[in-house]
Amino acid sequence: MRRFSWFNATSLSLGFAFLYLPMILLVIYSFNESRLVTVWAGFSTKWYAELFRDQEFLDAAWVTLKVGVFSSTLATILGTMAAYVLVRAGRFHGRTLFSGMIYAPLVMPEVITGLSLLLLFIGIGLDRGVFTIVLAHTTFSMCYVSVVVSSRLATFDRALEEAALDLGCSAFSAFRLVTLPIIAPAVISGWLLAFTLSLDDLVIASFTTGPSATTLPIKIFSAVRLGVSPQINALSTLLIGIVAIGVITASIVTKRAAVAQARDEQQAARTA
Amino acid sequence: MAETVFAPWADPAQKPLIEFCNVTKRFGDFTAIHDLSLKIYEKEFFALLGPSGCGKTTMMRMLGGFDSVTEGSILLGGHDISAVPPNKRPVNMMFQSYALFPHLSIWENIAFGLKREGRDKAFIDARVDEMLRLTRLERFAKRKPHQISGGQRQRVALARSLAKAPKLLLLDEPLGALDRKLREETQFELMDIQEKTGTTFVIVTHDQEEAMTVASRIAVMDEGRLVQVDTPDQIYEAPNSVYVADFIGDVNLFPGTATERPVAPPPAPAVAPEVEETAPIADAALHDSAEANTATQRRLPAPDRKGEWLYEKIFRRFMGYRETAPRRLPPPSPAEIAAARAPVAPAPAPAPVAEPIRPGGILIDWAEGQPPIIAANGDTAMAGTGVTFSIRPEKVTIDAEKPDRPNIYKGKVIDIAYLGNISTFHVELANGTMVKAQMVNARRLANRHITWNDEVWIGFTETAGVVLKG
Repeated sequence: MRRFSWFNATSLSLGFAFLYLPMILLVIYSFNESRLVTVWAGFSTKWYAELFRDQEFLDAAWVTLKVGVFSSTLATILGTMAAYVLVRAGRFHGRTLFSGMIYAPLVMPEVITGLSLLLLFIGIGLDRGVFTIVLAHTTFSMCYVSVVVSSRLATFDRALEEAALDLGCSAFSAFRLVTLPIIAPAVISGWLLAFTLSLDDLVIASFTTGPSATTLPIKIFSAVRLGVSPQINALSTLLIGIVAIGVITASIVTKRAAVAQARDEQQAARTA
Repeated sequence: MAETVFAPWADPAQKPLIEFCNVTKRFGDFTAIHDLSLKIYEKEFFALLGPSGCGKTTMMRMLGGFDSVTEGSILLGGHDISAVPPNKRPVNMMFQSYALFPHLSIWENIAFGLKREGRDKAFIDARVDEMLRLTRLERFAKRKPHQISGGQRQRVALARSLAKAPKLLLLDEPLGALDRKLREETQFELMDIQEKTGTTFVIVTHDQEEAMTVASRIAVMDEGRLVQVDTPDQIYEAPNSVYVADFIGDVNLFPGTATERPVAPPPAPAVAPEVEETAPIADAALHDSAEANTATQRRLPAPDRKGEWLYEKIFRRFMGYRETAPRRLPPPSPAEIAAARAPVAPAPAPAPVAEPIRPGGILIDWAEGQPPIIAANGDTAMAGTGVTFSIRPEKVTIDAEKPDRPNIYKGKVIDIAYLGNISTFHVELANGTMVKAQMVNARRLANRHITWNDEVWIGFTETAGVVLKG
């Protein structure tokens, strides 16, 4: 049987074209010699060089990085705590309500989240800047972390914690020494998720930012409104590269770990 | 020999290590434990046995501190520990899932509890090495739990829970995840380790064979109550209720009504018509061979059952490890234990004609048209009440020719379960009652006399069964 019939090949290429054609165009044009984005004038890397000379872009990148690291770290701590409590507390009155309330921001329109946060910050008289963006990003990315972590905790053998208690741990040291190391992969992927969410958020950031803090998405968006420049293409290409490398590394590491574990278990079964 | 028998429960001066005082446990509306009192003594290997949902796991979790006590108190060494959190109790638990920490090596798993105690490094090293030696895991110290087999994981879990030298070790279905052969080996290993460390073990299990093998005493539980707490042989031979008789091992139950037996033994109705049937040489031969079998069976392991039990469980293991004992018998499998027990019933048989039926006891009318069961060991106080006569299949004999037994019934073989060392015959009596009888397969299968649809006689002595209330 032919695995690639005409139909299969067509659907596959259409699907991939749909997904990746825009990005490929963007990458190609980032190496364009010409200032005009749609006219190809030869290969050049000068826009990359220019990008790294542009202090505004570098500042924005720095702000984005700071916001990303702080907000995702905060979100991971809060989200893990929320997940832990929801999974561990068992059944209590209003459990569904509480878990629903944690997951609600997942589907809440960003505009509304942004607007309500803006109103809150104005209400309590908080100066808008990096700090407020960090708070805002923590708010919405926390629920993503808690979804990831709670799905891991749901399959976590509770006897492990009881064993730690039994061997003399306090509740906190049982969490620190046993639970946390075991759910660490989920916590880390929750952090990465929160980080990427923070990295590409435009709506909430533009609501909660002040004049002192401009993140990359805001910078790109405002620059594009004045016309697409090849610099933006170069920046976007860099971002795509970073994300691609991250995803590929993560999947390779997971795959290797899974293969190693399967091999160990087979060996153990054989030597038993 | 008598004073070396380990039975602290029989000594009123002994202080129990653990005492449940009128403990009740409720989960919402559901009462898991009903006003339960129990004493467990030091160095005991105590088994909580019962079907799932009987409350045995709740008992264990209350001992470990994972479930609180609703009413009553639990004393450990005389102190109330009901309010002590699990990490402050001198009690360790081996979990059913083993609960090994997957991110730590075997060595670190065993050292975990010691490190929490804040012991110095030299002590921890020495103790962990000792535990590794005890459980024969030296080679695996550096591996992670997923890199070893199920049996080894079980030993790691045991080593880890013993490392802190607890006063009491709780084992929650410790062998449930092992296959049958490994489980039998591990049972003996557990007994050996318990003997070496002198720790009190409390084991939760639903496997009655396992409880019988390892435990010094067994508590049979049902719906949050203790039904019987006794030594394995007492539980098996003298169950105090239909529930226990039915739960432990195989049993034939005959519900009926008791009447007091006349003091002067009348000519036993079942034995009387023995002349009508010509009992040829074949019958005698059959008897002889059966006796010969039982005789060898009995001579093989030890002088008597109790002594054998003691030797197998304690001294052989203990001495075997020092390798000073010249004798190395293979450990008996549960089936062998059952087989060794079997001769107890036919024992009075060898001279049946001469021996009169023991007087006293009760008669049990259990079915229309069937002679009543003679139970000389029945309590005459039960006369006139509804009783259940319970008899183990291995105490029921099966013969092709009419045998000479106080209780005999005619029936037809419906089914034969061949288990290798023994065979269980399902015999249907004239009134439709099914009776199980067991026979040791001393002969090869081809020489077997009785087969499907044969007319046979089942028989048992006047003291082989137990008369139970209700």
